[in-house]
Amino acid sequence: MPSNANRQFLDFEKPVKDLIDEIENTKNRQEKTNIDMSDMIQRLEQNIIEKRKDITKDLTSWQRVQLSRHPDRPYTLKYITKMTENFVELFGDRNVKDDKAMVGGFASLNGETVMMIGQQKGINTKMRQLRNFGMANPEGYRKALRLMRLAEKFNKPIITLIDTPGAFPGLEAEERGQGEAIARNIYEMIRLKVPVICVIIGEGASGGAMGIGVGDKVFMMENTWYTVISPESCSSILWRSWDKKEIAAEQLRLTADKMLGFGLIDGIIPEPVGGAHWDYDEAAQKLKDFLIPVLQEQKQKTAEQRVSERIEKFGKMGFWDEV
Amino acid sequence: MAKEFEDFDANLAGEEGKTEETKSSWFKRIKKGINTKTSEKKETPEGLWTKCPDCNYICTVSELREHLFVCPKCRYHHRVNSSEYYEILFDNAEFTELFENIRSKDYLGFTDLKPYKKRLDEIWSKSDLKDSMRVAVGKVGGQDMVIACMDFEFIGGSLGSVMGEKFSRAVDHCIAHKMPYMVISKSGGARMMESAFSLMQLAKTSGKLSQLSDAGLPYISLLTDPTFGGISASFGMLGDLNIAEPGALIGFAGPRVIKETIKKDLPEGFQRSEFLLEHGFLDFIVPRTELKDKLAKVISLFKN
Ligand SMILES: [Zn+2]
Repeated sequence: MPSNANRQFLDFEKPVKDLIDEIENTKNRQEKTNIDMSDMIQRLEQNIIEKRKDITKDLTSWQRVQLSRHPDRPYTLKYITKMTENFVELFGDRNVKDDKAMVGGFASLNGETVMMIGQQKGINTKMRQLRNFGMANPEGYRKALRLMRLAEKFNKPIITLIDTPGAFPGLEAEERGQGEAIARNIYEMIRLKVPVICVIIGEGASGGAMGIGVGDKVFMMENTWYTVISPESCSSILWRSWDKKEIAAEQLRLTADKMLGFGLIDGIIPEPVGGAHWDYDEAAQKLKDFLIPVLQEQKQKTAEQRVSERIEKFGKMGFWDEV
Repeated sequence: MAKEFEDFDANLAGEEGKTEETKSSWFKRIKKGINTKTSEKKETPEGLWTKCPDCNYICTVSELREHLFVCPKCRYHHRVNSSEYYEILFDNAEFTELFENIRSKDYLGFTDLKPYKKRLDEIWSKSDLKDSMRVAVGKVGGQDMVIACMDFEFIGGSLGSVMGEKFSRAVDHCIAHKMPYMVISKSGGARMMESAFSLMQLAKTSGKLSQLSDAGLPYISLLTDPTFGGISASFGMLGDLNIAEPGALIGFAGPRVIKETIKKDLPEGFQRSEFLLEHGFLDFIVPRTELKDKLAKVISLFKN
């Protein structure tokens, strides 16, 4: 987690930045003047929490999208290392290469072995390139499937953490069958014998998200989005302009509360006040506390039950008239 | 290969492309020729004659129809609708349409440049098509079969709740009557006006294919020009056999998006059927003129 001095701020987070600056100034003054200002500093720090709550209590869909992409937001490996022990990362699809945009491996969650899989974004310019901005190639999806099969073989539950602006639209990706890779994962995930829990922890863009997103239960963290296309691309296609992303975000109803209302997800996982980027430990703890009872519940089912319930769950999704 | 990328996006938006000579507008002119009543034909001579967009060969619509809308000179496969495929594939062009009472609904109140509801009403008033996919049952070479076929004319053949539901019921029908299933894809991708509901159809249809597979019934996916996005990322690529018409553009991401992403020109033949075959994603490519025979042969091989 970045120190306050290194934090980055979205436009609407400016009031919090002002408070943080004020604390810094007060601390400096305290040092210079040798006058005890700890009461004032404490009060200001309390104000920060209030302000974090304040600025995020009434967000637009687009602001929610911005929070999901916050440069300080924790990514998959951060959650894995903070909420599990004994993580052993596994690499490669055993075919083409290791896709750095997709990570996974066995770990202990609350004392039990689980398979953790997710898209990974980079934390700085160099890493962002290495991770391809969380946009997996076909080998990433095939790596994920390989790990899921491994989990199935050893009868371990699977938790996927989804955070992607989409599957990579590249030349080699097409040569190696991006569509087929995602399709295969969706198909095979429905048939997995072990529990599968999916969580959108950041961006949930389209097939790239669903390629690791078919589970017994699908959850979204508070400040995330999940839909068929990014607001920007939707704007460019339907409005023929890149400038309508805010409206597109609104029209797509891509936020967690809307998705829960539609019955397309099973629950919303709370984040630290103001967003997961304010406190990684707290964010990971909240995710862990949420997932443990869900896993226990899912483990009670038989493999046949799981598969048929998954088919039924997604089979019900959609709206139409019969005339 | 055309120098200008075709504007699939426009079709997905329920509009025609910006470029004058998009294949969809070309296709609409052919349709106009097909649909124009004899009495009107004198007044609309442009409907009578067609020019091949690939080789400029000029022939009448009826000549083109005799060749199953494949250019007699260069074998270019013109885009056709479900009604033409059904006529080509089903014995004596006899078939029964299933689930035609399922209609799209503007559940979200989605408004882009136009409300989704209005868009649907406009298409329904102009066209006989009810949605982007039809399902029919009939005989192919004497063997019973369910064929679902997309109509690109209907919002770019987009995958929405109705396609997902028709697809699902078609699978149920196949399982109940022990019939093989074929899907003819022709689509720009997901129906954005249905937002996440359209995305969920990827999982919904895959679940149904899982049941079809457990019932031991064949599923054949025929990919035609163009097939993109959510279709290729789900049932389009999940056939026991994935087959395609020659020269069809097939992919996950559209060529325009890829070009903008990698900032390089795309190689000749990129994302064409032949390219997919070479990279191992198709079982075979079949010209439309041989489609019916080959399909019947394959089905009988599965059976016997
Ligand atoms: Zn020609």
